[in-house]
Amino acid sequence: MRRFDSALGLEAARGPVATLFKVLVHGTMIVVFTGPLVGLLVSAFSRTLDPTGFTLWPDALSLTNFVQAADKNVYTYLLNSFVVVGFGLLLQVLVSVFAAYALARKKFRGMTVVMLVMLTTMMLPEEIIAIPLSLVIADLPLLHLDLVGTYAGMILPVGAWGFSILVMTEFMKEVPVELEEAARIDGAGELRTFFTIILPLCRPALGVIGVFGFTMIWDQYLLPLIVATEPDMWTLPIALRSLRSDEEVGIGVLLAASLLALLPSIIAFLAFQRQFMRGLTSGAVKG
Amino acid sequence: MTAAPTPTPAPAPARTPEPAAPAPSGRRPGRGPRRGTLVAWAFLAPALVLFLYFKFIPMFEGLRMSLFEVRYVGDRFVGLDNYRRILTDDAFTQAIWHSVVLAVGTTAGSIVLGLVLALLVEGPARYLWFVRTAAFLPVVTTMAVVAEVWRIMYHPADTGLINSILGWAGIAPQPFLAGEDSSLLSIMGMSVWRGAPYDMMIFLAGLVGVDRSLYEAAAVDGASTWRRLRHITLPALRPVFWILFTLAAIRGLRVFVEVYVLTNGGPNGSSEVLMTLIYKLGFQKGELGIAAAGGIVLFVATLLLTVLVQVMRGRQAA
Repeated sequence: MRRFDSALGLEAARGPVATLFKVLVHGTMIVVFTGPLVGLLVSAFSRTLDPTGFTLWPDALSLTNFVQAADKNVYTYLLNSFVVVGFGLLLQVLVSVFAAYALARKKFRGMTVVMLVMLTTMMLPEEIIAIPLSLVIADLPLLHLDLVGTYAGMILPVGAWGFSILVMTEFMKEVPVELEEAARIDGAGELRTFFTIILPLCRPALGVIGVFGFTMIWDQYLLPLIVATEPDMWTLPIALRSLRSDEEVGIGVLLAASLLALLPSIIAFLAFQRQFMRGLTSGAVKG
Repeated sequence: MTAAPTPTPAPAPARTPEPAAPAPSGRRPGRGPRRGTLVAWAFLAPALVLFLYFKFIPMFEGLRMSLFEVRYVGDRFVGLDNYRRILTDDAFTQAIWHSVVLAVGTTAGSIVLGLVLALLVEGPARYLWFVRTAAFLPVVTTMAVVAEVWRIMYHPADTGLINSILGWAGIAPQPFLAGEDSSLLSIMGMSVWRGAPYDMMIFLAGLVGVDRSLYEAAAVDGASTWRRLRHITLPALRPVFWILFTLAAIRGLRVFVEVYVLTNGGPNGSSEVLMTLIYKLGFQKGELGIAAAGGIVLFVATLLLTVLVQVMRGRQAA
């Protein structure tokens, strides 16, 4: 029966030829897709001045690049990135669960319009609105606040994300109503019911929107590019470009900074892999 | 936009009822239908306010700006002049063309390679799970980092990593990003490297749904592996293809970070895409009106492409 587990039946194939084929194919896959990342890991810990000096084989391991990175403000950029992703994710998750609660548990007029609004925002890539967004951030309509060069300018625009809201809404629809009604009969208010009954039940979905939100905010490029006009507000991804051509230190600092920018998202993915895969398929199926 | 409540300064969840909330519906029987509606709008308020400020206002502002020459001393209405300039400007038509080539090449490459990879790693074995996870890592890697790493690997000298590997096979060093004929292709190569594992995962999710008894029946009938793929697997994956086409239509033309980091449009404009050109016009040359019009053109193209894919999908299904 195992032959019919997959389209090619490759896994069940036995014999020296099949084994060799599998080792070759899967080995190549691992080398091609992780090689550049492993190369980054190794090279970041090597001393090199050579701009082509990207290696998979370490000859002399050292922390020089990470020490020199401090002189180039890399740790300031890293801190900026963590501030933005920390507060941004907190805001995004809160906004998403609140909105999802209304969409999944309440019936009200205008709900279809709201759903349509959410979907529209997902169809509208942020790149398209980059130019006008930069003007809006510089002078918020009605409030007349200037968010250029502030953390808020990088945090608030990622606060509401259609994907997160929709994933959460789908999940909340599955939570049984009985518990909520019981709490209400006991006299619990709207917010208390929400925080003590609904939210704890949604923990699996919180993992999904949490890990996706983290990757999404960590990967922001155009937004910090628009908002962080002064170097001391740069996030790590947009700072990489400026670390490139340094005659004194070569590409060492760039490699160290790249590794620091890479690790958080890889760690988040590996730690929440199951949630990530669930979100990937559920998000993709909904287009 | 009628659903958006009046803006409140609080980005934190607003607890007060929204004045713009529509009249309560009488659909909820029992106590307090009005209260239910108000509570719903209160919970939705933070999301709607943020969307209004950072999606919809910029969208309409962009539409307005595209009709003006934007100046510090006051905007001057120019009608469709910005659009005319874009559509007749060589740099713009070149950039649109490059965006399309890059989008089509990346999409096709990622889907084909993603499908092949998915077929190769399908199965319940533990070590295949490891291969899948390893291959997926590029997808979760920050794009700016991926691009910097590839920029180094693409180094045109014969000591550059990829050129060294080509050297072992006796192939002469290639200019990659530094060549006018090869810059766009090199960007495409990197995008496929990052895009194919994503498509692979979506295909794998689709492959789970294929009816196993059909494989068995095909084997009993003596069908070859190729015929089994062609007549059972591929038709079952049709919905997956449409999902990937839809995503490609939405994402394809907006490519920015890859190009900005790898070549910034160079050498000599040979890899300039729509977004890098818009960015340069808007933020470096101060041509905000023309840049905004470029954004609208990109939006309309994306919208048309998405609608086209949906229409084709509907026709296929019918």
